[in-house]
Amino acid sequence: MNAVVSRAEAAARNEPDALPIERQPWEARSLTSTFLSALVWVMAVIAAIPLFSVLYMLAVKGGSRLSWEALTSLPPAGFEMGGGFGNAIVGTIAMVGIAAGISVPVGILCAVFLSELGPESRTANAVRFAAKTLTGFPSILAGVFAYAMVVLLTGHYSAPAGGLALAVLMVPTVILTAEEAMRMVPKIMKDAAYGIGCTRTQVVLKVVLPTAMPGVLTGVMLAVARAAGETAPLLFTALFSSYWLYHEGEWAFGQPTASLAVLIFNFSGMPFENQIELAWAASLILVLLVLVVNLTSRFIAHRRV
Amino acid sequence: MSSAPAAELQGGSVSGPPSPFDYFFDRAFRGLAYAGAASILLLLALILYEIGGKALPGIREHGVALLVSSNWDVKAGEFGILPAIWGTLYSSLLALIIGGAFGVAMAIFLTQDFLPPRLAQVFRTIVELLAAIPSVVYGLWGIFVVIPVIRPVADWLHDKLAVIPFFSTSLAGPGMLPAAMVLAIMVLPTVAAVSQDALRLVPYKVKEAAYGLGTTRWEAILKVLLPAARNGIFGALVLGFGRALGETMALAMLVGNSNQVTLSLFAPANTLAALLALNFPEAGPKEIPVLMYAALVLLAITLLVNIAGSAIMVLAGRQGGAR
Repeated sequence: MNAVVSRAEAAARNEPDALPIERQPWEARSLTSTFLSALVWVMAVIAAIPLFSVLYMLAVKGGSRLSWEALTSLPPAGFEMGGGFGNAIVGTIAMVGIAAGISVPVGILCAVFLSELGPESRTANAVRFAAKTLTGFPSILAGVFAYAMVVLLTGHYSAPAGGLALAVLMVPTVILTAEEAMRMVPKIMKDAAYGIGCTRTQVVLKVVLPTAMPGVLTGVMLAVARAAGETAPLLFTALFSSYWLYHEGEWAFGQPTASLAVLIFNFSGMPFENQIELAWAASLILVLLVLVVNLTSRFIAHRRV
Repeated sequence: MSSAPAAELQGGSVSGPPSPFDYFFDRAFRGLAYAGAASILLLLALILYEIGGKALPGIREHGVALLVSSNWDVKAGEFGILPAIWGTLYSSLLALIIGGAFGVAMAIFLTQDFLPPRLAQVFRTIVELLAAIPSVVYGLWGIFVVIPVIRPVADWLHDKLAVIPFFSTSLAGPGMLPAAMVLAIMVLPTVAAVSQDALRLVPYKVKEAAYGLGTTRWEAILKVLLPAARNGIFGALVLGFGRALGETMALAMLVGNSNQVTLSLFAPANTLAALLALNFPEAGPKEIPVLMYAALVLLAITLLVNIAGSAIMVLAGRQGGAR
């Protein structure tokens, strides 16, 4: 490095015009630059490895165990062979459904308020702050909250308790994405609607919501995808069950309910090969479910533009 | 909703004053939207009230002693969450160091024209999908892939360098390092996404000016772009840290759940979230107030970190706008 510098300095002292204006590839700073570029390439590739490793393991380990039986039968006990996780699929869908049923209407109403009715009001700022705080809210604490609210009150673990915990996690995503989507609606469209005598409600229901629908849907689907994969809030609100949600002729909404995520967690710690294989197969189904919802939402978001 | 639009059209005008029903409906809907907004504030207050209220007996009984003790003996009624607090901070910090370095590198890689746009989009999708995979699946993957892969390395480090406190125990299976590595993968997308936004806020002119002075690509990145985006990147790291603090499943499955305070990367440890996840399902009346107390501690730590992160982001946004 010294040699290069001194040569350049000498050149500069004697004959300023002779200073090489182009950077030489073997110069120290060029080499540093090349090295760092190589480094980020390597880091980016390393960062991509986990995703492919997870997908590979899911395809190999989960794919080999996946069968009609696995999708439709009840979880096996200890040394039993066979079995599946049909009740967990039903449980996950039911609880995410309950969560969406609570969080989507509340979230959209809240977003309507934030974007149309009082965007600059003090309440709106407070709500926005609360929603942002809730996005960073640890999912396990949503479980603790639902446990304190529902489980301690009713005295048993249940699907609605799990649904409430998931709803707490979904609502901020719905609010923030729906608000953003509604803000993108051109003001000129709203003004036109006001101009022909619409009330604010009519503007919201007939102009703003239909126009912003793809964006709102994207947010809802992202929230659903996240909720479907959540385990921590379900561990001690819905617990787990080896029975169907509908069994012995009645709906067991007041009973512990199975979910894919909790099944994976429970089975992963068991010393039985059969259960571990089922955990992989259930992971494959769960990831497929999450990725399909996630990619669909991406597709909707793309279409919007 | 507007009254008989067909009739109005016949009359030659589409506009008209709202009917009494429209007024009523408008009032009702606005009230409903207001209630929806207020319910979020109520929810946050209710969360604080429920967790705080249920923790109160635990705080009264154990006070500060719970925070500094390491015993966990349900039968004797002795509880201490110091190892869990330590484990939470230590694992999150390790994850932040690994995930933060990769996340920022990824953000630079994706925003500084290293790739043709199409390939950049592929990498961006990869990072986003990393965030989409449920943490329980990462936990499963960690047990059956990460632990076997790093065990030989860990054993070698322990054999040769046992003097260094980080390597003072051997990796028996679950432990701090595999947990922190998986946690790092979950932190990476947050850091990468927020840092990318921060780097994009730096005007292109600034970079052109640096190149015009004859800098190499990396001199421009290290000396001009990163300093210009430092608040945003710092905010990204704080948010990533907040994410790591609250993460539960990967840790509950990989960290080993042992109540000890140690620097060793290979020793099993515990975290607040894992403690809650594993003890709540079978908690008796003695444990519940203690666990609620632990939940309150976790809530306080994450709220603090997240609010700090958001505040830094707001600050960074203002600076970006002012430039």
